[in-house]
Amino acid sequence: MRKSSRLSRFNIVSLTLGLAFLYLPILILVIYSFNASRLVTVWGGWSLRWYHEFFNDRAMIEAAWMSLEVAMSSATIATLLGTLAAVALSRGERFRGRTLFSGMLYAPLVMPEVITGLSLLLLFVALNAERGFWTVTIAHTTLTMCFVAVVVQSRLGSLDRSLEEAAMDLGCNPVRAFVAVTLPLIAPSIVAGWMLAFTLSLDDLVIASFTTGPGSATLPIRIYSEVRLGVKPEINAICTLVIGLIAMVIVIASLASKLSSEQGESAAPL
Amino acid sequence: MSSRRIFARPARFAAIAPYVWMVLFFLVPFGFVLKISLSQTAIAQPPYEPVFDLTAGWAALKVALSALSLDNFRLLASDDIYVFAYVRSLTVAVTATALLLLIGYPIAYGMARLPTRWQAVAMVLVIVPFWTSFLIRIYAWINILQHDGLLNQILLALHLVSQPVVWLSTDSAMYIGIVYSYLPFMILPLYATLAKMEPVLDEAASDLGAPPWQVFWLVTFPLSLPGVGAGVLLCFIPIVGEFVIPDLLAGSNSLMIGQTLWLEFFTNKDWPVASAAAIVLLAVLLVPLLLYERLQKRQLEQGR
Repeated sequence: MRKSSRLSRFNIVSLTLGLAFLYLPILILVIYSFNASRLVTVWGGWSLRWYHEFFNDRAMIEAAWMSLEVAMSSATIATLLGTLAAVALSRGERFRGRTLFSGMLYAPLVMPEVITGLSLLLLFVALNAERGFWTVTIAHTTLTMCFVAVVVQSRLGSLDRSLEEAAMDLGCNPVRAFVAVTLPLIAPSIVAGWMLAFTLSLDDLVIASFTTGPGSATLPIRIYSEVRLGVKPEINAICTLVIGLIAMVIVIASLASKLSSEQGESAAPL
Repeated sequence: MSSRRIFARPARFAAIAPYVWMVLFFLVPFGFVLKISLSQTAIAQPPYEPVFDLTAGWAALKVALSALSLDNFRLLASDDIYVFAYVRSLTVAVTATALLLLIGYPIAYGMARLPTRWQAVAMVLVIVPFWTSFLIRIYAWINILQHDGLLNQILLALHLVSQPVVWLSTDSAMYIGIVYSYLPFMILPLYATLAKMEPVLDEAASDLGAPPWQVFWLVTFPLSLPGVGAGVLLCFIPIVGEFVIPDLLAGSNSLMIGQTLWLEFFTNKDWPVASAAAIVLLAVLLVPLLLYERLQKRQLEQGR
């Protein structure tokens, strides 16, 4: 009772304005994707015309598939590596090179993407690697595993360690205790980590531009080159589809974290 | 206690795969950037030399090392374009971060004062745009800001302006885009510290007769400084290297360092100079990172 009375009019106004600022542009974009008019700014009635156009645009569809494949594979590898990294950091206590390890895991979170992309391209060129699907996947894995590690580590940190210890007292070896007790408890955050990695990869323009080869563009690269040439209503439709896909991913992720909160633990979506 | 130590050994083995991956694909690439920043531009594929050939052994390494030069860095310091690009990047980042703090703080503050149940909802609402594609959100603003876009239509309809205002390709558009994209990065750390704060402290201050602004300025704000630091850092560093937003929303007359680097790399194909520019950018960004780390350490020593 006391808590709600702390909310002043100023708080309500700033919250409302803030959320409106965050959501209105996206909402407008979604609405205009159903606009029948060729002019992006003139409303010509509801229509699915631009969605139709997108599904007939071969180059765009190919780019969308490439993006989905890269996002799926890099998110999966990143979740594997990121979870291992999180386990090592929160359960491994001290090991040689731990500072360097955690430094490397946190650096890509704040590093400008231009630098990460440039450095990876120079590596791939030096290795004479053919650029395309795999180089983009490797690049995205490197970036997103750091996010996975942070998400999983925060969950591991809040976990009651006596559960693991109890399992070991009951005769489990450490690996089995981890698989049987810890892993199910951190599963929701692993799912959330995968989702985050997936959407980050789907979204990335800069790193993909550096690490992909000629002829294999991801969706953001295609969208970007179209947008630079001017606004096309078809882009509204593609963007709305991507937003829908991500919304679906968020719903699944929040269901996963809800599942964990029903187990009596609170889990943040991030 | 002892079981913890038993657990630590296999946990350490878990580090091997991610460790090797990060060294291979994060650390080693910087070695290449450093090396190529010291080489010369060439009209070839790849467009630089000397090419480092490990298979040729020690003799080749010596030849390669003797050919290294600092010319690219000298060029950066003497070329106005680069100097301006760095200065502009820093100016934009400082201005945008200040704007973000100004806009993000009241929102985070409002969130922290919501009833607990609504706080979780508000947090999800702030995080969702962060999951929504970056490029799409910038594109949404192009829709709104263009010549006959929604903003001008509204302004004209309200008779606030008599002619459409030029928004696109201006610095205002760029700042709108940056603030819009980075707002969640500012709100979340601020909210995290503000939500943990004891409301009793505020109440005590006002019971002792402090007017609301004094309560805020003398009690709330100083206590939220760790969140301010984290938010500022999370926004400032990526904004300095920002490429997409200025490219799509700002005018083309003055480039930020991210764009200059991109142009040098893809259009001019001058990889050595682009590498040198990346190294300098990295060195510049190390300063706020180290400052932040020291700040955190001091806070830990003070026992929070």
